[in-house]
Amino acid sequence: MVHGEAWTLKEFFVYPNEYIYWTIQIVMYPFMTGLVAGAFVLSSLYHVFGVKALKGIARFSLVFSFALLPVAMLPLMLHLQQPQRGIEVMMTPHFTSAIAAFGIVFSTYGMIVASELWFVYRKHFVETVEEIRRVPAGDRSPLTQLRYYFFSALTLGAQDIGHEALEADERAVKKLAAAGIPVACFLHGYAGFIFGSVKANALWMTPLMPVIFICSAVVSGVALCMLTYILTMEIRKVLARRKAQQYPELPSHHELKSAEAHVVTMTAKYLLMFMVAAITLELLDLIFRGYTAVKSWDILRSVIYERDFVNIFVIQYGLGNLLPFVLFLIPGLTVRRAAIGSMLVLLGVFMMRWNVVIGGQAFSSSLSGFMHYRLPIWPGTFEEAKEGLFGAVVVAVIPFCIFYVLNKVMPVFKETH
Amino acid sequence: MISRRSFCKKSLLIAGGLAIPFSSLELFDPRRLEAEKNDGKKVRWVFLVDTNKCVGCGFCVKACKTENEVPYDANVTRTWVERYVVTKDGKTHIDSPKGARDGFETTAIDIGEGKFEEIRNEDIDKAFFVPKLCNQCDNPPCVQVCPVGATYQTEDGVVLVDRKWCIGCGYCVMGCPYGVRFFHPVYHVAEKCNFCYHRISKGMKTACVDACAFGARRIGNIKDPDDPVTKIIMTERVNVLKEEYGTKPQVFYLGLTKEVR
Amino acid sequence: MKNHVWRPLYVVLLVIAAVLVTRKILVPADFGIGSRGYMYGWHRPSNEQEWKEVSVKYRTAEYCKQCHPEKYNEIKQSPHANINCENCHGPALNHPDDPKVLTVDRRRELCARCHFRLEYPTSGRGKIRGINPKTHHPELECVTCHWPHDPRKEGHKI
Repeated sequence: MVHGEAWTLKEFFVYPNEYIYWTIQIVMYPFMTGLVAGAFVLSSLYHVFGVKALKGIARFSLVFSFALLPVAMLPLMLHLQQPQRGIEVMMTPHFTSAIAAFGIVFSTYGMIVASELWFVYRKHFVETVEEIRRVPAGDRSPLTQLRYYFFSALTLGAQDIGHEALEADERAVKKLAAAGIPVACFLHGYAGFIFGSVKANALWMTPLMPVIFICSAVVSGVALCMLTYILTMEIRKVLARRKAQQYPELPSHHELKSAEAHVVTMTAKYLLMFMVAAITLELLDLIFRGYTAVKSWDILRSVIYERDFVNIFVIQYGLGNLLPFVLFLIPGLTVRRAAIGSMLVLLGVFMMRWNVVIGGQAFSSSLSGFMHYRLPIWPGTFEEAKEGLFGAVVVAVIPFCIFYVLNKVMPVFKETH
Repeated sequence: MISRRSFCKKSLLIAGGLAIPFSSLELFDPRRLEAEKNDGKKVRWVFLVDTNKCVGCGFCVKACKTENEVPYDANVTRTWVERYVVTKDGKTHIDSPKGARDGFETTAIDIGEGKFEEIRNEDIDKAFFVPKLCNQCDNPPCVQVCPVGATYQTEDGVVLVDRKWCIGCGYCVMGCPYGVRFFHPVYHVAEKCNFCYHRISKGMKTACVDACAFGARRIGNIKDPDDPVTKIIMTERVNVLKEEYGTKPQVFYLGLTKEVR
Repeated sequence: MKNHVWRPLYVVLLVIAAVLVTRKILVPADFGIGSRGYMYGWHRPSNEQEWKEVSVKYRTAEYCKQCHPEKYNEIKQSPHANINCENCHGPALNHPDDPKVLTVDRRRELCARCHFRLEYPTSGRGKIRGINPKTHHPELECVTCHWPHDPRKEGHKI
């Protein structure tokens, strides 16, 4: 079977070779890079601009951004017809293509985040090494010995944790975080450019695309960090209640609760700001298309206002933008309301990606026919598993697994046991 | 005060300086310009489609699929034929069932998802067939967007895909405004019409040109002023598809009308 | 330990060196910029030769003429003169070596490609004499009554 045939339904006149070639994995790709970029920007707000209120979430979102990073690449690999050749993007990059920069931007960004993490956690690495060193070599279990080697390697031989050295670390963190913001924005903005520069696609082609992508990226990244933060804090609260007698030095249930409420309120403010920017740009794009009404507007109109009406106006704008907007704006923001709000925001941003990627292929470039995407739910073939619900769920779950592992190496909440 | 001596000196200098740019006029040698226009290359393949002659038999599609080893029953094709039926109510009905591999076997228009729309003969204002194939653009957007250099344009203007280097990202498929690209069902890399590169480089014509009994398809070399195809393109009213994308397509059409997509 | 700040940079440089080495190994030696510049000509030139080596399947009527001149001459003098032998007989490939025999497509659908009557006034199709295959002797092969090499002659008959 031809690639794409399994999930494409054609209506009226569609060129014979046209199918929905970019499927849910390409929806996941900007969604995941958006989360990466957004999480990083959130952490940088503290490190660079010294927004003290975000201290609690800064380290958390930095590690989370790193956990999301490999997953930003995964959907691309899953969608390639020849994934084993993906490395060629680094080997023979053709820079007139928006995709060619991916390898370089992605690795630059990865290196910046990794270095920043190294500076943030170097003290922890050294402390761990020293702790193990206190145990005589003979008494160490093989696992401890392995841990010893691993953490020694992580220190890169820099084991000085004197006051001066740590201050140098802090300065480096600040510089890297500052350098990371433009790179994070570039990483994601250019994901928007990949779409915005396709002149053959009437829905995608707009110079606003990269900016829209960056704004919604920050929105989704902040929302996800907030949501994950709330979830982890809830777990910690439960643990704190249980361990209150055993370890009285741990932060108490009430302390955690007030810290959580404070962080959530502050983060919500930034979320709202970026949301306003994102929605403004999206509406501007829509109004501009309707007003200028070039050749492609006829078919775009029937896609936007008829075929994808529910996806765009009900789910994306209504449920994903308007409702959380109201939820966050009602005074006296509670943690539960913030959690629901961020979930809706994530849904809204996901639907925005969906409506761009799938919506952009909902009409033929003949402008005389339509294509419907039928998401493969049950993976009947390998292709349907890769580019269906199954593949998307895998991509969505993996960052949390990575985060779990990373948290073992780089504890996000250091003050706990 | 300017002395006479310095005045003469400066005037000579200025006159001499002015003479230098004039010497560049020597560059405008017509013969040399002509040579530069042809940039030394001898071949630039172009295609000419006469929509007045096409009868929609689909022999071209059949021959193309066999010649270029595109699985016969796969619903993708390097070339295809579109049918346009414009009815008296001003509507344009377009279809191309299986790319017209088997021609057009019914009067009804294929509107997708297995449904057909019957059109009565007396309602037809005009009806015609339009063969489509890769335009081998002078500014191929598909090549521009390939991230790894797996698709490229040869010196004679044909856009090829390197099957050993293509990563299958599909960006070129998305970048083509004409929808000529697809994924090869066997090799799983981008696939497209290449004017039967193995045939034209042996002095043969493309498989579709040879299969056409009506002279609706012709291939030629635009760099050769004596080529009959070049003569038609130069002297008759030809058109190209979707010029607004700036792709500079090199498949020329006779008898194109506004309904053609 | 003064310059421990630069340690991550050494790792980065190591990674870059590794990429450059892999690049040297993986990229074909001839990969480079062709005649259309970096934008349109960034490729592996040996691929052009690979495309030129694709086998030719349709050998054209001139190839058939070498052994079947009488058939060639017959059709060339008929209203079907422009139809290539291989349209109905299939691609010659290396016939008569491989395949030894070509399978002729005698299905009604083949003739109907042109002779299914479509009343299209502004197209060449409207000028071709045609029938409705559903009503015009649907049980018979066209060649029963019409001789395809020269439709003015009678067919095989049964």
